[in-house]
Amino acid sequence: MSSHSAELPTSENPGDATVGDRISSIVLSRGTPLWWFAGFGLSFLLVMLLLASVGYLFARGIGIWGNNIPVGWGFAIVNFVWWVGIGHAGTLISAVLLLCRQHWRTSINRFAEAMTLFAVACAGLFPLIHLGRPHYFYFMIPYPATTGMWPQFRSPLMWDFFAIGTYALVSLLFWYVGLIPDLASMRDRSRKRFVQVVYGFFAMGWRGSARHWRRYEQAYLLLGGLATPLVVSVHSVVSLDFAVGIIPGWHTTVFPPYFVAGAVFSGFAMVLTLAIPLRSLFRLRDYVTDDHLDNMAKVMLTAGLIVAYGYVMEIFMAWYSGDEFEWAMILNRMFGEYRAWYAALWICNIFVPQLLWFRAVRRSPAVLFVLALVINVGMWLERFIIVIVSLHHDFLPSSWGSFTPTFWDWATFAGTIGLFLALLFLFVRLLPMISIFEMQEQLDREANHA
Amino acid sequence: MTNEPMAPREGNELVALARRLHGHRGRRYWRSLEELADSPQFHDYLQREFPGQAASLLGDVSRRRFLQLMAASLALAGLNGCRRQPAESIVPYVRQPEPLVPGEPRYYATAMPHDGAAMGLLVESHMARPTKVEGNPQHPASPATGASNSSGQGDSTAATGGGRVSEFGASNTFAQAAVLALYDPDRSQAIRRGRRISTWDAFLTDLQPRLQGRDGRGLRILTETVTSPTLAAQLQALTEKHPRAKWVPFDPVNHSHAREGARLAFGRPLQAIYDFRRADIVLSLDDDFLTSGSGALRHARQFTERRRVAAADVNRPEMNRLYAVETTPTPTGMKADHRLALDPTAVVQLAIAVAARLGMNVPEPSDSSAGALDGVPPSWLDALVDDLQNYRLSGGEGGALVVAGRWQPPIVHALAHAINEQLGSVGVTVRYTQAAEAQPVDQFAALAQLVEEMRDGDVEMLVMLGGNPVFNAPADLKFTEALEKVPCRVHLSSEYDETSNRCHWHLPRAHLFESWSDARAEDGTVSIIQPLIEPLYDGRGDHEAVASLLGEANKTSKEIVEAHWRNQHQGDEFNAWWRRTLHDGVMTESARPAENTELDFGAIREALDSWRSSHDGAGDDASMQIVFRPDPTIWDGRFANNGWLQELPKPLSKLTWDNAALLSPNTAERLGLENEQVVLVRHADAEVELPAWILPGQPDNVVTVHLGYGRTHAGRIATGAGSNVYPLRTSQSPWFAAGVEVRKTPKRRALACTQHHHLMEGRRLVVGGTLEQLRASPSHPEFMEVLHGEPEESFYPPHEYDGYKWGMAIDLSACVGCNGCVVACQAENNIPVVGKEEVARGREMHWIRVDQYFSGERDNPTAEFQPLPCMHCELAPCEPVCPVAATSHSSEGLNEMTYNRCVGTRYCANNCPYKVRRFNYLDYSSDIQQHPSLHLLQNPDVTVRSRGVMEKCTYCVQRISAARIAAEKQDRSIRDGEVVTACQAACPTRAIEFGDLNDPNSRVTRLKGEHNPLDYALLGELNTRPRTTYSAALRNPNPKL
Repeated sequence: MSSHSAELPTSENPGDATVGDRISSIVLSRGTPLWWFAGFGLSFLLVMLLLASVGYLFARGIGIWGNNIPVGWGFAIVNFVWWVGIGHAGTLISAVLLLCRQHWRTSINRFAEAMTLFAVACAGLFPLIHLGRPHYFYFMIPYPATTGMWPQFRSPLMWDFFAIGTYALVSLLFWYVGLIPDLASMRDRSRKRFVQVVYGFFAMGWRGSARHWRRYEQAYLLLGGLATPLVVSVHSVVSLDFAVGIIPGWHTTVFPPYFVAGAVFSGFAMVLTLAIPLRSLFRLRDYVTDDHLDNMAKVMLTAGLIVAYGYVMEIFMAWYSGDEFEWAMILNRMFGEYRAWYAALWICNIFVPQLLWFRAVRRSPAVLFVLALVINVGMWLERFIIVIVSLHHDFLPSSWGSFTPTFWDWATFAGTIGLFLALLFLFVRLLPMISIFEMQEQLDREANHA
Repeated sequence: MTNEPMAPREGNELVALARRLHGHRGRRYWRSLEELADSPQFHDYLQREFPGQAASLLGDVSRRRFLQLMAASLALAGLNGCRRQPAESIVPYVRQPEPLVPGEPRYYATAMPHDGAAMGLLVESHMARPTKVEGNPQHPASPATGASNSSGQGDSTAATGGGRVSEFGASNTFAQAAVLALYDPDRSQAIRRGRRISTWDAFLTDLQPRLQGRDGRGLRILTETVTSPTLAAQLQALTEKHPRAKWVPFDPVNHSHAREGARLAFGRPLQAIYDFRRADIVLSLDDDFLTSGSGALRHARQFTERRRVAAADVNRPEMNRLYAVETTPTPTGMKADHRLALDPTAVVQLAIAVAARLGMNVPEPSDSSAGALDGVPPSWLDALVDDLQNYRLSGGEGGALVVAGRWQPPIVHALAHAINEQLGSVGVTVRYTQAAEAQPVDQFAALAQLVEEMRDGDVEMLVMLGGNPVFNAPADLKFTEALEKVPCRVHLSSEYDETSNRCHWHLPRAHLFESWSDARAEDGTVSIIQPLIEPLYDGRGDHEAVASLLGEANKTSKEIVEAHWRNQHQGDEFNAWWRRTLHDGVMTESARPAENTELDFGAIREALDSWRSSHDGAGDDASMQIVFRPDPTIWDGRFANNGWLQELPKPLSKLTWDNAALLSPNTAERLGLENEQVVLVRHADAEVELPAWILPGQPDNVVTVHLGYGRTHAGRIATGAGSNVYPLRTSQSPWFAAGVEVRKTPKRRALACTQHHHLMEGRRLVVGGTLEQLRASPSHPEFMEVLHGEPEESFYPPHEYDGYKWGMAIDLSACVGCNGCVVACQAENNIPVVGKEEVARGREMHWIRVDQYFSGERDNPTAEFQPLPCMHCELAPCEPVCPVAATSHSSEGLNEMTYNRCVGTRYCANNCPYKVRRFNYLDYSSDIQQHPSLHLLQNPDVTVRSRGVMEKCTYCVQRISAARIAAEKQDRSIRDGEVVTACQAACPTRAIEFGDLNDPNSRVTRLKGEHNPLDYALLGELNTRPRTTYSAALRNPNPKL
């Protein structure tokens, strides 16, 4: 037990500290724990690896990766889809659960949203760096060029550009707007001038007047309403990158709903992966309770079942269509060069998550944590199978090839994980990771109703 | 390094130098630099291996000292570049040469001697730099392609120096790649004495005392196979002037067995010239006549013309029939209607058996004799003999033809001649002429004799004109050892190779396109080789080298060649005749007449008996046999430094950059081998490590190795690629040998293969059937009942084409898989070479590839070849997915890439069902940037692509544009056949047809849709509506088999 915690109220010993005190104290008055330095340091090293990888990539070209013809898209797109999927949970929790008046979301929405932002940041990196000529990425932006050239609006990559852009923007706004009252509260609680100025700047003059609150609630609800369709749209559009293509394994109408479900699945898995260690490290077990974990596990189970339905349907439709290319694609997944990856996919995404039917599993943080990790891996495998295994055996056997990831493929992937974690470490250190005012509201509501 | 304090003299050297440099300014700078270099101290300084200053770097270097060092380094760098640069002029023409229009290529006729005969070429030259090779349609070895039948007026004449040319001749991979060799930065650039750079004058000075007053005692000239009449005359003159000198021709891949076979049959080393135009039934005894050797282009054309089921006579289609017996799979065997894989000795048995069945007086091999007709089903032999006698097409002018491969021993050639005689084929499908080469001897024996003399010390000066005997002489001769005994060794060679490395003098040889010479085609037709460019380096031609031996060192090649023909020429005015000969690329009426032959059957019989006695009982042990073949892409090793040829996938194995030990699936199973596993091949006291490669169609217990790899002294491309198998090869059995040990090792060597899957997986990719099926239902043959996608509705209106609508048709029956189109495309479109590792990663850049699919039994399959350029789909899947509209549909139906716009998402390549798009994963054109000589190679009409952009076949849009400009100037539309794509121009069999689909009478239109019942779209069910379509592959098997 570290020396700081003795004088602080903990979840085991609430004392008489207020919610605001407790949450803000993590940032303001408690010292920085050692594990934070260790964790941040490690993540930072990975960020350096990312910089080196991207630097080398820009110097040499895409050829440093394992991509080839026929596998034109490799790890970059796998990672992109994976991160976008992870980025789904935030909006779902914030917006959809807000509109559905699922109040348990209060404990987790702030860092779920932060996670979303960081995941989208990682995701957004990939489409950019995977370009052969990344310095011309702006050709995809519809700007009135003197050449009269516009982007090609029929291309799903174009739609992607807008979908991801919109999502990133709305998520940022939503997260930031949600932060404003808390930033003001941090400003008021901090004792150092510099800290006050910084928080004060971002709090945009929030005084907590009734008028502020009224407008704030309206704005937040509106944003929630705006964000809700995005939960469905982003990953649907991402799935169209594949569904619009004619490659067997891509050309499937089931993709949009199946991708959305997969995104929710992986997003909640990632929230759990982060929430379980954080709540014990910061002793927030009475804010993020086992009930929360239980609820999230249920959402995950539901999403997982939809994903399983997608897998089964994919196989069924390939068989039922009588299309020889589709069926060959399924057989290749099952028995081809990458069969081990496909088997691992089923284990991670379909079989193991069935444990969530058991209440004991859902309420056991350690088991849940491992399960969430397994699902994260499984969802990455799913994208690997869809992107790479579909491409490596397509129509003409003469052009079949295979994909072998290089060091730089792995380094870039690891680097984005580092970037994600580094941002997260900074977030928990610099901002209240649980929404103070919503928590207060919630407690107040519970007290009044009780 | 020493830490002792430095002597002040040494320490101040550079300072002094810097100070001296400092003293001079302005225009005197360079002159004073030379003065500096001439000072003895400075010479001394340069010669010392470690100048004293190097040690002082260990001490502290002040800023001032650093700058001094820098100044001195720059001075040294200046000295390094003291080679005289060619004069460059930036003044535009004051008076432009009349025919030279910037931006318009000109074509010059020349010829390329290869494999003992010449191939006629037309070389495209842009502002005096040759960039592309085409065949010369007037030359007998390169049948006309493209527009030869139609138009023919206006500007589409196959003429040199005038306007656009749209009539080309076929050309093979070696001819196509010759232009890369011209600009190869690794070519030898200087005369060398030992290792040091020297001069031509120094060579002549050294030569004189060695020649004078010796009658040529000890002088030997070793040449390659000489087909140049001028060079032959020069060498003749040389042996007259120096009576005791000798000239020995040697090529490791030669026609000696064929010549000896003819000597056996006719008493003279005649050469058989086949005429497949009248061959209704062909038996190939291990001869890859379609794709290998100097006659291949003509053979392929004549052979496939006889198989083309034209739309006109579709109701009564006829085809020739080919039986092939092979000791290793070749494209010829794969195109055969019936193929047998036999081990080498069995081929002789089969030839004897056929002769016996045809009623010739040879004892039919009994079952007791060694390996008698193992692997030849009796029914096969019956059907073959029956067909040889009776299978004739209607018209009644055809005949049978038996051809024997050069790898087969003389007895097989003699038997083939006898069988042809028996079948009445002489004068119908085969004629005999004098050999194309000037000295038709048994080259292995001739070289053996030379080596003997060298070893005995009888040779005092050996002049080698080309060739690389240190690398490729048969191992049992121990050429290198004998060479060391020759006191003066001279090697004229285009690269400083293994032989140059062991010679006293190395003379750089002028490239074909830099020199004057002449050469005979297979049928004797003479072509004058004229240069297209001044020698880039200090190269000399063979003629000049021989002239120097004749004491005529001041003569240029041009003078020598012209003088020779001035003497030969009779009749009308020489200059006009000479100009016409140069212009046409062929000398009129220079083809050799057919010789009257008389078959000496007794001699054959005798040879047969001695062959039998020597083979009885032998060869029946279970040991493996080895087959040597020239490499399909780098031949005997002479093209090893050519990146285009190294990266060209070899037919059937589809390997690049390497050779391998080819084994049958059964043998590999028996030895427990898989692909890429290194095996130790031991034979003739030598052993070589090679990766194994399993090839269906290879006979069991036979290992095939390809010559030419494992170069040690070659350029950057060749050195280190593959394994040298020459150490296994002896002069006694140069093509195959028994008693070979093949042993598995634990090592592996990665091979770069461009096609890993050779089965169609039940997909209808190559559609094919038999002639019988076609006859049963000429308008709707049953094998065509496939492949029609349901027309789908679209949101978008269909494309409309008011003007041209380009399209292509490829005849799979005609494609023989020779790869000519692939290299032609590479040359035309500035396609980079990416190297073995990149190919292994699946990143080769070829815009057209030749897919090949095996079918039939595993041990004796047939293969179909399918050339695959961009399909230019009407509903191209690549177009809608590009986010920046970098690939788009043109108003003439082309699917165009706009490189400037491409950001490199690679979505288009993913979405292309044909996988014809190629991506610049790395900076593949950096080689071009680095080597100025390669700048000259690039086709100025085609963009050199940068890193990160997608590229693919354009249907040679630059050629369409050129034709359009020419047509618009004359206010007409482009004629059919005026646009000839690079692949089409090279194709010897006219398998590729290109033209305007809006023109109902164009040849391509007549090959499509309802005009051609065999026409189909590849993956048509995807509704991409490709505008490159295929004609189904037809075969003509004997119904009795």
